[in-house]
Amino acid sequence: MKIISKAAFQVKLLPKTGVFAENKDIARDIRIKYLMPVLEKNGEITLDFEGVESATQSFVHALISELIRSLGSEILDNIYFKNCNKSIREIINIVVDYMQAAT
Amino acid sequence: MKINIPNSAFLGNIDPFLRNFDASSPEALEITANKQWISIHPMVIAMIAALGLSLKPKQVRCEAMEARSKHYLKRMGLFDFLKIDSGIEITEHESAGRFIPLKQITNSEKLTEFITEVVPLLYLSPKHAEPIRYILSELMRNVFEHAMSKIGVILCAQYYKKSNTIRIGIVDRGVGILKTISPLHRAKTDLEAIGLALTPGITGTTKRIGGTDYNAGAGLFFIKSIATVNKDFFVIYSGNGMYKLLKADNRKSIRLHADPFKDKHSKGGDFPYWQGTAVGIDINLDSTEEFSLLLDLIRKSYSKAVKEQRKVYYKAKFI
Repeated sequence: MKIISKAAFQVKLLPKTGVFAENKDIARDIRIKYLMPVLEKNGEITLDFEGVESATQSFVHALISELIRSLGSEILDNIYFKNCNKSIREIINIVVDYMQAAT
Repeated sequence: MKINIPNSAFLGNIDPFLRNFDASSPEALEITANKQWISIHPMVIAMIAALGLSLKPKQVRCEAMEARSKHYLKRMGLFDFLKIDSGIEITEHESAGRFIPLKQITNSEKLTEFITEVVPLLYLSPKHAEPIRYILSELMRNVFEHAMSKIGVILCAQYYKKSNTIRIGIVDRGVGILKTISPLHRAKTDLEAIGLALTPGITGTTKRIGGTDYNAGAGLFFIKSIATVNKDFFVIYSGNGMYKLLKADNRKSIRLHADPFKDKHSKGGDFPYWQGTAVGIDINLDSTEEFSLLLDLIRKSYSKAVKEQRKVYYKAKFI
């Protein structure tokens, strides 16, 4: 069953990262400015990867690892990853898996 | 310092070149070269350029090149980096699709610019471009975050049509891996520090397995894994230590080990001292797996590896 995002908040990554999401400073900024304020209040958010061709593990780590560490793995229920291609899905799954293994 | 550019130095046979490097008298650099033919890996060119950049032009002495292939060094920009007049005249042909001449990148923003502008010039299919820009980004970010290299990072790359391989060299003159790793992890030698840096979940920014909000300790493990899966060479040289991932046996199924010393490799802890870190990697485009398949393999081994790291408990010391 396809999960339909009902999150009121949406972050489009392409204008911030370009087609290759690799700049960790940008990832951290997105997390601090957009994700954390919503998720801390148990809100929901959509990360839209439309147009992003690939991402590094370091980028995705800087984007979401601290959310999992500080708010718990359950916070993943509040984050929707939209328009991710196969490679980006794999990277996100790697980070999600190892953060749960490490915490 | 003395460095001799040999007839041939690629990752498979780079050891004699590294062992011949004389790191004594760091206030001067003397460059000699094979007189017949020079065929060398971009890592070698980047190392020589990095040495020269740390010095003033009057401290660099380079003998007149006689090898017929000397034009290649000129075209890669080596003599411009050394700020010496080689006397070699060339007609510059377009580099696009064939090589990336020497570049010095000094900060994160310039790295993003470089990856956006230069990598597309290699005219690679997405299948091949993805691992290459991934490797370039992760290796260079490591330098900016950990190395404290005054010259930033020096890189160059070359496409070899005959073997359908891209060879990349990335070099810094920073503090080296041991100095980055040892305050937080148990490493007494450069080689031990390289081993830890390649181990998933270990980073120079925290003792905690799994890293911080900014560093996972995964970058070098990913790059070693990309090289392992694609059966390519990968060399990392820092201080007196050198680790070389050897090409995996084609007949055997691939296993990604958390411990780099369980991979097929060679190593040495007694190489001439390299201030900083030098990395070389080859990417054979014939054997490159789809990037998503490669990541799937990494995913399957990575969490297991991090869990295993957490099982390494400190022992009670009884005296």
